[in-house]
Amino acid sequence: MRRFDLAVPQSVDDCLKVLAGNPSGAKLLAGGTDLLPQMKNGLLKPAWVVDLSGVAELRTLRTADGGGLRIGAAVTARELELDKRVTGRYAAVAESGALVGSVQVRNLATVGGNLCNAAPSADMAPPLIALDAVAVIAGPKGRRRVPLAEFFTGARRTVLGADELLVELVVPDPGARSGGQYLRHTPRRELDIAVVGVASQLTLADGKCAKARIALAAVAPTPVRATAAERALEGQAVTPELIERAAGLAVDAAKPIADQRGSVEFRRHLTRVLTRRTLTTALARASA
Amino acid sequence: MKKQVLNCTVNDEAVEVLVKPYTTLLDALREDLGLTGPKEGCGTGDCGACTIHLDGKPVASCLMLAMQARGRSVRTIEGLAKTGTLHPLQDAFVRHGVPQCGFCIPGVLMAAAAVLAENPKPTEQEIRYGIAGNLCRCTGYTKMLTAITEAAGAAARREG
Repeated sequence: MRRFDLAVPQSVDDCLKVLAGNPSGAKLLAGGTDLLPQMKNGLLKPAWVVDLSGVAELRTLRTADGGGLRIGAAVTARELELDKRVTGRYAAVAESGALVGSVQVRNLATVGGNLCNAAPSADMAPPLIALDAVAVIAGPKGRRRVPLAEFFTGARRTVLGADELLVELVVPDPGARSGGQYLRHTPRRELDIAVVGVASQLTLADGKCAKARIALAAVAPTPVRATAAERALEGQAVTPELIERAAGLAVDAAKPIADQRGSVEFRRHLTRVLTRRTLTTALARASA
Repeated sequence: MKKQVLNCTVNDEAVEVLVKPYTTLLDALREDLGLTGPKEGCGTGDCGACTIHLDGKPVASCLMLAMQARGRSVRTIEGLAKTGTLHPLQDAFVRHGVPQCGFCIPGVLMAAAAVLAENPKPTEQEIRYGIAGNLCRCTGYTKMLTAITEAAGAAARREG
């Protein structure tokens, strides 16, 4: 690994000071499971690394005032996988945490790292987008809130400025009559990267779909919402036929590339299948 | 690039060591502390040979900077057997002849110990899930499962 200096701030404000003093390239180190491999193979050569492990605020997972979750950016994938507050009403988030790497990786990898690394295949993005999560970003001018659906600007690009830091994700309580699921396709079950990932979240009222969210991973430079499919579901009684139609509409939102993990046709097929499956599970969980 | 002082606990002993900011925890353990049980296989968190426990949880030590262990408790394979006798998992691994080339074994044992610490009576699926991050190039997985299952059973019987 190329040499660098290491800052070990104890608070978000300390982090911001380090970032402000190094406009030309400090990298934030959370779990390190994406960053260190990129530094070891020479893709990244930061002069400064800012270790976030001493910043308690970032590691906090708590219930928000008035319901909902506040997930600190440095909460690990393993915590999301196991925490009862997450596995209950935010099952899709827990499922995405459980799919990242191995247990040795999940104990390090953080939700903020997964989002800020901004791989098109990031597993934690779709379920959080489907739950209307909001990113809280700290910068020199204070904190700003960005809907996670608008957080990504391209492959490995986000709205974060070089002097900014993702602090937490605020996830509204979807309510008792809501259910969601995240599924991805990978050739092998563990330690793999999604060929396609789909999160669906359905909220019911009076036997009909009051709100639908479908978010797709690895079918575009950024995670995308399948808004036409969502609109087709909302206000309707959700039947197998309607789920099939929504799955077809979700395919239209997918603009995949072909690479070594899958062809365009295969990814479109997976989008349909995984949308159908996640909507079916989301409906069952919302009805339970 | 000045060296920094790392204070942490390694295998129940307080340790103070000077490390470079870009030294990984794995390298500090092996090169500075002489604990060569954790191995570097891939260096990118894919193989599990460097698995240690950080505050009781299994992590890939090749993916951590040494300084990230400040104030925390590290346990390596050298500290798995606390009483001078083999840990039940080590004992089962020896009796079943699990190690072939042996390179992956320290990591597998630490991963397996973490499984049993969280869940003393794991199913075969739970054991498989717990060691899914450990690659064995000798492909000796079947004997691992047998040995871990037996060690779990022995521990459960002692407590039961």
